[in-house]
Amino acid sequence: MSATRIREQPLVLVVEDYQDAREMYAAYLQFSGFEVAEAGNGIEAIEKTLELLPDIVLMDLALPRMDGWEATRRLKNDERTRHIPIVALTGHALAGHAEGAREAGCDAFVTKPCLPDALVAEIKRLLEQHRGKSDNEQDSGRAPKASKKRS
Amino acid sequence: MPRVAAPVAPIHGVESDAKLAFVEFLLTSIDLQESARRAVDWLVAHAPVTEAAVLVSEAMSNDMLLVAEHGISSGAIMDFALNREDGSHPLILALRSAEPVYIDSIAPHHRVPVEAESFHVIPLRADASEAGQGILLVAGLGPVIDSETIWLGRTLGKQVSRLLGRQLLAETRFGQERMLLYSIINAVTDPILLTDTEGKLIIANTHAEKLFAAPEEASEGWRRAAALNNMLFSAALSTSAVGMTELARRELLLVDPLEGSDLLFELLSSRAKDERQGTYVVSILRNVTDLARAKEEIEESYRTLRIAQAEVRDERHRLDLIIDSVADPILVTDQEGDIVLMNTPAERLFNAPGVEDEGTLRRVRATGANLTSFVSNVLTRSGEQRYRGEIQLADPLNGRPLPVEAVAGTILSEQGELMWVVTILHDLTEAIEKARLYEQLKQASVELERKVQEATAELAEQNELLRRQHIELEQASALKSQFLANMSHEFRTPLNAILGYTHMLLNNVTGQVTDPQRKSLTRIDSNSRHLLALINDILDITRIEAGRMPLNATSFGIGELFDEVLAELEPIIKRSNLAVTTKVRGQVPTLRSDRQKVKQVVLNLLSNALKFTPAGSVTMTASYDAKAKQVAIAVKDTGVGIPAEDHAKVFEDFRQLDSSPARGYGGTGLGLSICRRLANILGGSIELDSTPGKGSTFILRLPAKARRR
Repeated sequence: MSATRIREQPLVLVVEDYQDAREMYAAYLQFSGFEVAEAGNGIEAIEKTLELLPDIVLMDLALPRMDGWEATRRLKNDERTRHIPIVALTGHALAGHAEGAREAGCDAFVTKPCLPDALVAEIKRLLEQHRGKSDNEQDSGRAPKASKKRS
Repeated sequence: MPRVAAPVAPIHGVESDAKLAFVEFLLTSIDLQESARRAVDWLVAHAPVTEAAVLVSEAMSNDMLLVAEHGISSGAIMDFALNREDGSHPLILALRSAEPVYIDSIAPHHRVPVEAESFHVIPLRADASEAGQGILLVAGLGPVIDSETIWLGRTLGKQVSRLLGRQLLAETRFGQERMLLYSIINAVTDPILLTDTEGKLIIANTHAEKLFAAPEEASEGWRRAAALNNMLFSAALSTSAVGMTELARRELLLVDPLEGSDLLFELLSSRAKDERQGTYVVSILRNVTDLARAKEEIEESYRTLRIAQAEVRDERHRLDLIIDSVADPILVTDQEGDIVLMNTPAERLFNAPGVEDEGTLRRVRATGANLTSFVSNVLTRSGEQRYRGEIQLADPLNGRPLPVEAVAGTILSEQGELMWVVTILHDLTEAIEKARLYEQLKQASVELERKVQEATAELAEQNELLRRQHIELEQASALKSQFLANMSHEFRTPLNAILGYTHMLLNNVTGQVTDPQRKSLTRIDSNSRHLLALINDILDITRIEAGRMPLNATSFGIGELFDEVLAELEPIIKRSNLAVTTKVRGQVPTLRSDRQKVKQVVLNLLSNALKFTPAGSVTMTASYDAKAKQVAIAVKDTGVGIPAEDHAKVFEDFRQLDSSPARGYGGTGLGLSICRRLANILGGSIELDSTPGKGSTFILRLPAKARRR
C-alpha cells in the first residue's frame, strides 16, 4: 500500500489471456496516464498482484489455468490484497456471469466489447470511489472487509 | 205284539213310581194284548232280559197264543204253535207249576219261541190255586230269577186272569196276526209310520221310533231331536195331505237323534181308509241322505267336467292362435306319420290351399314326402326326445329352394308310447345368407385387423424414429444454442480488439491520423459496431429460443420508463430533428413485469421509429384497458410506413427495408423479431398499423401483471 502512495501514477494490472486485447488495453491505459502491468492467466494474476500490489485489477473472467472468478476469490480472501478493487471483464453477457463475478468479490463488472475509453472511464470512477473509501479507512485506522463494503 | 205309540213325554221317577204307573195302566186297560205288551216293555226296562214272550191260552181251543214279545224273530212267531193238550211239552208242564220253572235245555222236538238255550217260564195266574192261563217266557236272567220279574209275573198273571174272561180270544188271535204284521213292519229297514190325517202317530216301526220317540232314559238332546222330527213330519204331512188321495212323494229333512246329523228322507205317504176308525195316513220314509250326497257329487263332477271342457276348449283355441302366430311352420304328426295339426305357415308349405297349379301341387307333394322321411327318421330314433336336421324343401308357390332346419320333439303317452311328433321348421335362407355375409365380414375384419396391425407397427416404428429424432433434435438444438453462445463470445473477443484499436487510432493514441485515414477508420468502426449489434441480437434470440431468458418481474411506472428510454436515445433524437413526445393517457397502473425486457422492446420500437422517419414526429402513448387488464404502449411515427403485404414480414428474422448501417445507428433486422419474442415471453403481443408514406404505429400490449411462465 505504501508502494501505491509512492507511485505517481496509479498502477493497473491488466489480466487478459487474449494478447491483442491485453496489449490494446495496456497501450490505451498508458496513453491515458496509467502505469500498467500485465498477466495472462489467473495464477499469474495472483502472483503479480501480490508482488506489485496494484491500485486496481482489470480481471478477465475466462482465463486459462485458473479462471478470473477463482483468482478474484483468492485475492479478496487475502489480507494483503483484499483492499484492491477488481473490475471484472467478460465477453459473456449471459445472466449469471455478473452475479458470479460479484459473488467472487469483484467491485465492478464490464462487458466486452468495451471500448478503451469506456474502460478507462470505469477505472477512473472506481479508483475515485475507492480512494475516498481508503482514506476513510486510513482515518479509522483499520481495514474492514471489502466484501461487506461492496455489498 | 203291536205297540201303540207311547206319549213322547218320558216317565220319570223312582222304581216304585214306575211300578205304580204300570199297575195303574193295567187297572184301566181292558186290552189283554196291550197289557201284555206293556208288561214286556216294563220287564225289558227293568231286568236284563234278552228275550221275552207272553203266551195265553184260549179257553175254548186250548191253543197257546203269543200276545207280546221282545227280541223274538217274526219267523219264530210265525212257526210257533202250542196246545195245552200237549202234556209233555215243558211249557205246558210249567203252566201247571206253582212256581216259575227254569229250563236250561230243551228237547229239539219241543218248539219254543225263544232262541236262548236257557230261560225261565213263569206261569200266569190270578192265584196259586188255579191253573195258569198263560206263561211268561224270560231269557237272559241267568238261573236265578229276580224279584222284579217275579213281581211282574204275578201282576201280569192277575191281569191276564182278569181280562181273559172278558175278552174274545178271537180278538186275541187277531192281535197275534197284528203282531206278526208288526214284526214284519219292523223288519223293514225304512221307517214306517201310521198316523192320522193330523200327523199324530198311531203306529211306528222300530226305525221310525228311533226317529220320533225317545225312550224314558233318553238324553235331553235325543228327546228334543225326536220332538223336532215329529214337528217336521207333521208339517210335511199337513202341507200335502189335504186333498191328496194318491201316493205322495216328497223330501223330508230330519235329524238323527243319536248322531245329531241331518238325514234326508223321501217321504212316501198314502191314505188308508178304515171304516171303523176313519182315515189314516201310511208313511214310509226312505233314507236318501247318501243318495242326495251322491247326486250332489255327481252334479259337482259334472260341473267340474263342464268347466274343464270349456277350459280345454279355450286352451285349444289359444293354442291354435299361438301356433298360428308363429311364423315358422309347425306340424304335429301321429305315429303313422300323418299330419294331425299344422299352423297356417305350415299349411302354405304342405297344403297350398286354394292353389290348383300343377307345379305347385307337385311341389306340395314333394315337400310332404320330404317331411315324411324326416318324421320317419324321428320315429325310428324313439329313444331321443329331440331330433334336429336340415331339410331341403322348395317353396310350393314359386319353386324357390327353401332350406329349413327341422326340430322335432316327441310327445309320449303316460304309458311311454309315442303319440305325436311335433316338428318346427325354420327357414334357413336368411341364416345361410347371414352366415355367408358374416364370413365375408370376418374375412374383411381379419384383413382390416392385419392392415391396422401393419399400420400400427409402422406408426410405432415411425414414432420411435420421431422420438429418437426429437431427442436428437433437442440435443442438436441445445448444442446449437450452446454453440451460438460460445460463438458469440468468440466473436466478441477479436471484435473487441478491432473496436479497441480502431478507437485508439481515431483517438490519435498512435499519432495523428489523416482525414482520409480517419474516414476509413470510421467505416471500420461503424461496421464493427454493426457486427457487434448483430452478434448481440443473435445471442438474444438464441437465449430466448433456448428458454434461457428468465422473467424477472418488478413493479415500475410507465412514465419513468419512457423518460429512461428518451434519455438513452437522446443523442439519436437530437440528431434526427424529429419532435418526440410521450403521453400517458388516463390512469395507467404500475406495471408488474420484467422491466429490462419491456424497456428493450420500447427502446427498439422507438429507435426503429426514429430510424425510419425522415421528418415529422414520433409519439409514444401509454394507455390502460381496465377490462382486459392490459397496458398498451403505442409508438406512432410519420415515417415511410410499411405496405400491408409486408406487415407480417417485418416481424420475421433479418427483415429490413435497408440493412445498411449508413444511418449511423446500425439496425440488424432482428430488432422486431426479438421484440415480438420478448412480448410473447411477457404474455403480451405487438401489433402494427401502417400506411406507406403516412407512417406506422406499433402497439405493444402487455398484461398489467405478467404471469409466471
